[in-house]
Amino acid sequence: MRMSLFLTCFNDTLFPSTGRAVVAVLERLGHRVEFLMDQTCCGQMHYNTGYQPEALPLVRHFVRVFGDSEIIVSPSASCVGMVHDFYPKIAAESGDEGLQRAIADLIPRVFELTTLLVNKLGVEDVGAYFPHRATYHPTCHSLRALRVGDAPMRLLRKVRGLDLVDLPSADECCGFGGTFSVKNADTSIAMLSDKNRCILDTGAEYCVAVDNSCLMHIGGGLHRQRAGVEPIHLAEVLAATEEGGRP
Amino acid sequence: MSRHAPTTRAELMSRDVAPLPTNAPAQPFPEAARISLADVQLRRNMGKVTTTIRAKRAKAVAEMPDWEALREAGRAIKDRTLRHLDHYLIQLEQAVTRAGGKVHWAADAAEANRIIAGLVQSHQTKEVVKIKSLTTDELGLNEALREIGVEAFETDLAELIIQLAGERSSHILVPAIHKNRAEIRALFRRRLADTENLTDEPKALAAAARAHLRKKFLSAKVAISGANFGVAETGSICIVESEGNGRMCLTLPRVLISVMGIEKVIPSWRDLEVYLQLLPRSSTAERMNPYTSIWTGASAPGDGPEEFHLVLLDNGRTKVLADSFGRQALQCIRCSACLNVCPVYERTGGHAYNSVYPGPIGAILTPQLVGVHNAGSLPYASSLCGACYDACPVKINIPQVLVHLRGKVVEHKRESLSGRLAPEALAMKTLGKVFTSPKRFERFQKLGRLGQRLKIHNGMIESLPGQLGGWTAVRDVYPVAPETFREWWLRRSESKTSPNREGQS
Repeated sequence: MRMSLFLTCFNDTLFPSTGRAVVAVLERLGHRVEFLMDQTCCGQMHYNTGYQPEALPLVRHFVRVFGDSEIIVSPSASCVGMVHDFYPKIAAESGDEGLQRAIADLIPRVFELTTLLVNKLGVEDVGAYFPHRATYHPTCHSLRALRVGDAPMRLLRKVRGLDLVDLPSADECCGFGGTFSVKNADTSIAMLSDKNRCILDTGAEYCVAVDNSCLMHIGGGLHRQRAGVEPIHLAEVLAATEEGGRP
Repeated sequence: MSRHAPTTRAELMSRDVAPLPTNAPAQPFPEAARISLADVQLRRNMGKVTTTIRAKRAKAVAEMPDWEALREAGRAIKDRTLRHLDHYLIQLEQAVTRAGGKVHWAADAAEANRIIAGLVQSHQTKEVVKIKSLTTDELGLNEALREIGVEAFETDLAELIIQLAGERSSHILVPAIHKNRAEIRALFRRRLADTENLTDEPKALAAAARAHLRKKFLSAKVAISGANFGVAETGSICIVESEGNGRMCLTLPRVLISVMGIEKVIPSWRDLEVYLQLLPRSSTAERMNPYTSIWTGASAPGDGPEEFHLVLLDNGRTKVLADSFGRQALQCIRCSACLNVCPVYERTGGHAYNSVYPGPIGAILTPQLVGVHNAGSLPYASSLCGACYDACPVKINIPQVLVHLRGKVVEHKRESLSGRLAPEALAMKTLGKVFTSPKRFERFQKLGRLGQRLKIHNGMIESLPGQLGGWTAVRDVYPVAPETFREWWLRRSESKTSPNREGQS
């Protein structure tokens, strides 16, 4: 199947290894991946911070870039959640009926990686090998906006060598929340302290998630503490193989 | 009212802070939160209570096979009622009047307080007993009554605790949630008679409060309550409670004054069935609350209040109603489930919101009631984690309303030149331009990589300037990658098409 990678501005710039991992996994499963060079940002940061007029051109840009793609796949539950949850509202508020139609047509083709693999393609075992102790943090937007359900866990359970341990209070927010982490830094830090304490209590080497934004928050705190625990995107766990190691 | 913004926990908890920031901007949430976050006892108390109630609520809700259908019904009834609010309010007024009650209309807090003060004075009494009521808290009614020499006795245990402590409520349902047993015992020993040997057993604490209140129930001529629901069809008012203090107030005094926000009306008796299932499970995690009192108009002598007044309060609600998206905040039945599941509220407690309506629902209701210019920090007091929306028994999409209100805050800031030139506004404008052009985005990535060179230590950036410094206080920042994904993709595509170079994958 031909798939278009919507990597997100954030992963493109800060976490390209996640993008390379998505490409590796999908190609390993026999799919053709394209990356449209015109893609930039879905507009979530502007929209959620209240800069809604600035978000509209980014929504239009997204529709222009991905309008013709058959399947759009992204390693960010948060950005896919933005498209699914807010794009229809933004289009409706713009009063542009053409945009509303284009978005209604586009949304069923935009997938978060793990739901694409498990729900659409019916794949759970992607041939991954990752001989480490890891815990999974279900990010808020994957859990409660996009509702990916147990798709990430189904994939992780099939990874060979992986010692997957439960994270206490897993469904509680890490305190990132986009600009929340800066505007309400103290509260955000209080939330992160508890999240990271739970992560450290598991004795895991890696904290896995389907959103690098939350992992950047968790990892930024763990790194400052020199905690010796690394955040890792689920795609990178899936990309790791016995022969190749981490790509 | 306090002249300066609170800097200590005691000042933040004090009743000197206005119940709603109607006249001036409230202290911003981040500042107030910083004070609360440093209170070790508060953090411990809140963590313990919210964890317990969350688990209980989840269990109580899981028992109901039709919970989702109930939620949808709860949402739909309120939504329809709000769209025809004028009709149902007039129907309610007619029904209450027919049943021998008197209906008063109050446009704002001052008018409501004037009406209630007048009614109390007409009965020549210096004391009233009260059932816990958020709406009267919103009015600052106790303070208004004190000004005319009338003392209001709170009869709900938690409400009594904070009244004795001179503090504000910090929770919709459990106003003293921020206090533990030891703190309550110390307070009672300080403020109540015959408490030298009081222990911190809940039973003993309740008994001390009961002994203190019993006399008041018997002597008070006037009782004041809020209202959980008002049934338009029959003119019946409904109060749900746990302690029985409400039942005492509703039956013993000769005069009853109930204050009801206009959004509390529901069309028919049948609709009550939906909410009496949703409310107890969501608020106290009970299948049914211990006391449900429903009355219609005035009672016959010796059978309850012979005189009944219903004060219908607007106080900003019609402004909320005018916003077709934001108005869903008026569907709220004050269960407090959103507070209990909120990771922000759990850590800051309620006082940090500087409103009688704290937590997620307060963060969307308060700015709409008083205007975003007075409570502009509240829509940002959330990580948008969505736990509140999942827990809400009437499906208020709190995260989406928060985002909607953030738009109003930014719109308001843009009205002034200083707002348009604020660093955040300029940064957002610039980034908006960057993201609309792939070329500019690529240049931006490269510029970032160049700019960060001197800042990287140990593979990470350890400090950022200005407001961004809040992040790097305890968190490192990941730098722009040595090779962005698009650079890698180009390199890979080129090596694939060029036979002379070794392929990369």
